[in-house]
Amino acid sequence: MTAVDLLALARGPLFQIALVIFAAGVTLRIVEILVIGRRPDYAEARQGAVLSGVSTMFTRSIPREGMFRRNPFVIVSGYIFHIGLFVVIFLSAPHIEVWRAITGFAWPSLPTPLVDFLTVASIAAMLVVLVNRMRDPVLRFLSTFQDYLVWAATFLAFLTGYLAVHHMLLRYEAMLAVHIISVEVLLVLFPFTKLMHTFTLFMARYYTGATFGRKGVES
Amino acid sequence: MSDGRTLGQLLAQRGVSRRAFLKYSSYLASLMALPPAASRAMAEGLAKAPRQSVIWLSFQECTGCTESITRAHSPTLEDLIFDFISLDYHHTLQAASGEAAEAARHEAMAANKGKYIVVVDGSVPVGAGAIYSTIAGITNQQMLEETVKDAFAVVAVGTCAAFGGIPHARPNPTNAMPIRRLVKDKPVINISGCPPIPEAMAGTLAHVLAFGNVPELDSHGRPLAFFGDSIHDRCYRRPFYDKGQFAESFDDDGARKGWCLYKLGCKGPVTYNACATLKWNGGVSFPIQSGHGCLGCSEPHFWDMGGFYKPVSAPSDEVGPLAAIAVAGGAAAGVAAGLVHRAAKVKAKAAHTTVTVDDLEKTS
Repeated sequence: MTAVDLLALARGPLFQIALVIFAAGVTLRIVEILVIGRRPDYAEARQGAVLSGVSTMFTRSIPREGMFRRNPFVIVSGYIFHIGLFVVIFLSAPHIEVWRAITGFAWPSLPTPLVDFLTVASIAAMLVVLVNRMRDPVLRFLSTFQDYLVWAATFLAFLTGYLAVHHMLLRYEAMLAVHIISVEVLLVLFPFTKLMHTFTLFMARYYTGATFGRKGVES
Repeated sequence: MSDGRTLGQLLAQRGVSRRAFLKYSSYLASLMALPPAASRAMAEGLAKAPRQSVIWLSFQECTGCTESITRAHSPTLEDLIFDFISLDYHHTLQAASGEAAEAARHEAMAANKGKYIVVVDGSVPVGAGAIYSTIAGITNQQMLEETVKDAFAVVAVGTCAAFGGIPHARPNPTNAMPIRRLVKDKPVINISGCPPIPEAMAGTLAHVLAFGNVPELDSHGRPLAFFGDSIHDRCYRRPFYDKGQFAESFDDDGARKGWCLYKLGCKGPVTYNACATLKWNGGVSFPIQSGHGCLGCSEPHFWDMGGFYKPVSAPSDEVGPLAAIAVAGGAAAGVAAGLVHRAAKVKAKAAHTTVTVDDLEKTS
C-alpha cells in the first residue's frame, strides 16, 4: 500500500465511518441529556432564569482572579490552545473546504502564516498543560487514562497537520493521510470521552446560571 | 539500427559544434540537478556512447506519450539526440509493418543483447489470460516478457505504463498492470505523466546513455531530478496560497487575478512533477498558468482520487447526506435512550417507599 492509497482511504471510507460515529454519537448524547430533563422547580423564581443562564455561558469563560494569579501560565496556555483549535478548525482554508463538503457552506479563511503561528502556539501550550497535569500532585491524582488519551489525540491532530503543511518528516501526501486519520481517530473518540465537553460545557453552564438566576444569586 | 558510430561522431557529422554540444550537456545536467562537474562527465559520456538501440513497446495507451516526445516547436538538440537513438521498433513511428516490424524487433534484440533499452507506454492487461490486447498474434504480456528478457533497462513512459493509468481506473475491467509489477529482474525507470514532459524523457535517457546507470529514483521509481518537488512547492501561484487568496470559481475576480486554485481542486500539493519549472511547449506555459488546477496526472490512481474539482483536503465522496442521516439517527436514538431513562426514573419513584422509624427498629 502506498501513501496515495492511504490518502484515498483516509479521504474516502475512513472519513465516512468517522463522520457517522461522530455525528450520530454527539447528537445521541446531547438529545439524551435534553430528553431526560430536570425535575421541575416549583419554587417561585426570584428573577428570570434565561438571562442569567445565557450570561453565565460566557462569563464563566473569564477566569476567576484568584485562580488566574495562582497559575497564570497554565490558564493562558489553556486559552491559547482552545482559541488555536477554533481558528485552525474553522478558519484555515483547507478545513473550510471540508466544512463545505459536509454542510455546503463556506466562509473566508485566514492567511496561512497566521493559522501557522496559532498552530505552533497551540502545540507549545498543549505541552505546557500536559507538564502541568503531570507535575501538579492533585491534578496528577485526578487524571485518568482517558485524560491522556484525549490530550494525545488532540495533540497529534495539531502536530501532523503542521508537519503536513510544512512537508516535514514525510512527503505531503503521506503526512496528509496521517493527519486526516489522526483527526478521524479524534472524531471517533469524541462521543465516548471528555471531548464531549465541547458541547456539554455550554449546557452545563446554562443550567448552573439559570438555577442561580432563579434563586437570585450571582453566578 | 546501431552502426557502431558514437554520438559524438554523429553530431559532428551533423554540423553540431562541440560548444553547442557542451552547452546542451550542461543544460541536461542542470535539469537532472547534477553537480557542475557532472556536466563535463555527461558530455564525455554522451560523446562516447554508441547509438543506443531503443525498442518502444506500446500497449494499452493512447499514443499521447509519443505525441509528447515528438512534439517540439523548433528542432532542438533533444530532437537530434532522438535522431541518434536508434529507435528500432515503434508502432507509430516506424515505416515497416506486419511481419517486417516484428522482424526488426527480433533483429534489434539479437544484435544488442543485454544492451538495448525497452521503452514501454501503456499498461499491460493480464485479465482473462491477457487476451484483451494482442499485437502480432501474441499478448502484450508475452511481448513484454520476451522483449525485456535481454534488455539493459526498462523505461516506463507515461502514467499508464508507470502506474496503470486510465486502463487501471476503477473497476479496471482488463486487470491492467503497471510495468513495475510485471518486470522484476530489470531496473525499471518510471517517467509518469499524462503525457510526461519531453525533457524528463530526454534527460533520463541521456543520463542512462552518458553514465550507463539508472538515475536516482523516488519511492515510485521516478527520477528524483524531475519528480523530486511537488507542483505546489514550485508553483508561481504559491504566494496566493500562503496569503489565503483563492479563486472560488473559474470565472470570478480571484481567477482573473491569477489566485491559487486550491479550492477548485488543484492537485498540485500531492503531485510530483516538473511542470511548474520546465513547463510545456518549449517553456511557454503549464496547466495552472492557463488557469486550470493540476489534475495530478503523474501520480498513481490520479483517475480515482475523488474528482478533479474537489480540493485535496476535502473528503473524496459525498458526505453531506450521510452526515444528515447520522444526525437524524443519533437524535432518534437519543430520544429513545432518554425515554428509557425517564421510564426507569418513574419506575424507581413508584417503587420508592418511605422508611419509618419503625422500619429501622425491625430486627429481621
